[in-house]
Amino acid sequence: MIRPELVCPAGTPSAMRTAVDAGADAVYCGFQNATNARNFPGLNFTVPELEKSVAGAHAHGTKVLLAVNTFPPAGKVDLWKEAVDAGSRIGVDAFIVADIGVADYIHRTHPDIRLHLSVQAAASTPEAIRFYCREFNVKRVVLPRILTVPEIRDMAAAIPCEVETFIFGNHGLMVEGRCSLTNYITGLSTNMDGVCSPAADVQYIRDDAGNMTTRLGAFTIDCFSCSENAGYPTICKGRYQAAAHEGPYYAFEEPISLNLSALLPDLMSAGVTALKIEGRQRSRAYVKKVVGAFRKAVDSIMAGNDPEIAALIALTEGQKQTEGAFKSKTWR
Amino acid sequence: MTHADHPATISGLGQRVVRLLPPLPLFLLQPILRRIVTRVARKNPDMFGRLGPHLRARFVIDPVNLPFVLLLRPDPNDLLLRACSRRNIPPHDARITGGFLDLLMLVDSDLDGDALFFSRDLTITGNTEAVVCLRNALDDVDDSIAEDVAAMFGPPGRMTLNGFRRMNERRGQNHDPS
Repeated sequence: MIRPELVCPAGTPSAMRTAVDAGADAVYCGFQNATNARNFPGLNFTVPELEKSVAGAHAHGTKVLLAVNTFPPAGKVDLWKEAVDAGSRIGVDAFIVADIGVADYIHRTHPDIRLHLSVQAAASTPEAIRFYCREFNVKRVVLPRILTVPEIRDMAAAIPCEVETFIFGNHGLMVEGRCSLTNYITGLSTNMDGVCSPAADVQYIRDDAGNMTTRLGAFTIDCFSCSENAGYPTICKGRYQAAAHEGPYYAFEEPISLNLSALLPDLMSAGVTALKIEGRQRSRAYVKKVVGAFRKAVDSIMAGNDPEIAALIALTEGQKQTEGAFKSKTWR
Repeated sequence: MTHADHPATISGLGQRVVRLLPPLPLFLLQPILRRIVTRVARKNPDMFGRLGPHLRARFVIDPVNLPFVLLLRPDPNDLLLRACSRRNIPPHDARITGGFLDLLMLVDSDLDGDALFFSRDLTITGNTEAVVCLRNALDDVDDSIAEDVAAMFGPPGRMTLNGFRRMNERRGQNHDPS
């Protein structure tokens, strides 16, 4: 069994130090602009911050992967090129990309730096992944969260690059890189601006009884009674009324997080090279606890023992967790 | 744009008791709060960059089990941290409501704000973007803000903080939002 790389999120320099201290093998992050898919206010790195953070991570033997994983609109490609050039100058260990133009630019201008294919590229067939490997020398693919473990095993055997899978955090099942729900309501694009449900458009309205209504732009996307756990204000996890269903219901997805703690041994034996924790927008407390828990679990499995998994339910969206499609395609 | 106030709705005996208490002499707190916010700002000048356009935003921090709220304006050139009566909450851009211990642990990144939000132990209203910026600014501070503030008051300050932390640990055995 290969020792998998534990790939951990960092939204700030402090979170990166926390991830490194908690045992991350690699940390992924982005700049403070539209070039990455977590372009949230007050989050991410300036060029000087990343330069210092990369040096700190490397001093501890931890790799830094730079997410440049959004899609440049026509005429604005220079911002993505500048991000890539800055990352190269700073010495990041890999770029995580989705757009073929950005992938091509990196392949031609920085051929010595590893290229990882983002989940945002939604490459889910051996044919698609082999294309990226052949044309851009992609070294690793981050698989969409729609495959079962046996399917991942077959995929790993059929492609000429490493496989990275999500193991904890957001349970996003939309065809990633193609979701336009936020764009439809706010005018800002998840894929091109890097903002899913921009905070400036989010409003929480609480009534005297403690019920909370979540609005995005002009639309109400959920209403939680005072005794219900809440979820993120994303359209895909909102509750709606529709003719096909009696009463309000989660028409797309539920507020729930992925947690593959119990499937770790299966994933590792299926040939997964890297295990990814989602959550660059989360706090240092989240990073410390989740990274620490999975570090311990992976080390335990590698030592031939049963994994020791800390309870992480309190950190999950809606305080609910699932193994999603990894366990079965009929999880709902 | 500031928001008209509405009462906090996190319920509980503690909150009802608080509402029955006589008004605190808040003027005694103001110079202490001024010292605290000035010291935190001086020690962490980089944090303000994460606030972006929200430096001038006015945040009401509402610890539901205390008899007052705090008004914060995190502008390094015009800092404000002031205790305000619950009977006269000032105009504000955003309001952050939660238990005192939760808010204290959030400031130090000992608890995850999203987890508290999911469990409904933390409520935000008003300008969500300003709150997200403030959260990210505080989360990027490596050193413990609470310890630094406690140190301002010498051994009694540190003892008090340790007491709060023990209370949080005991509570965490049954309820763990971090």
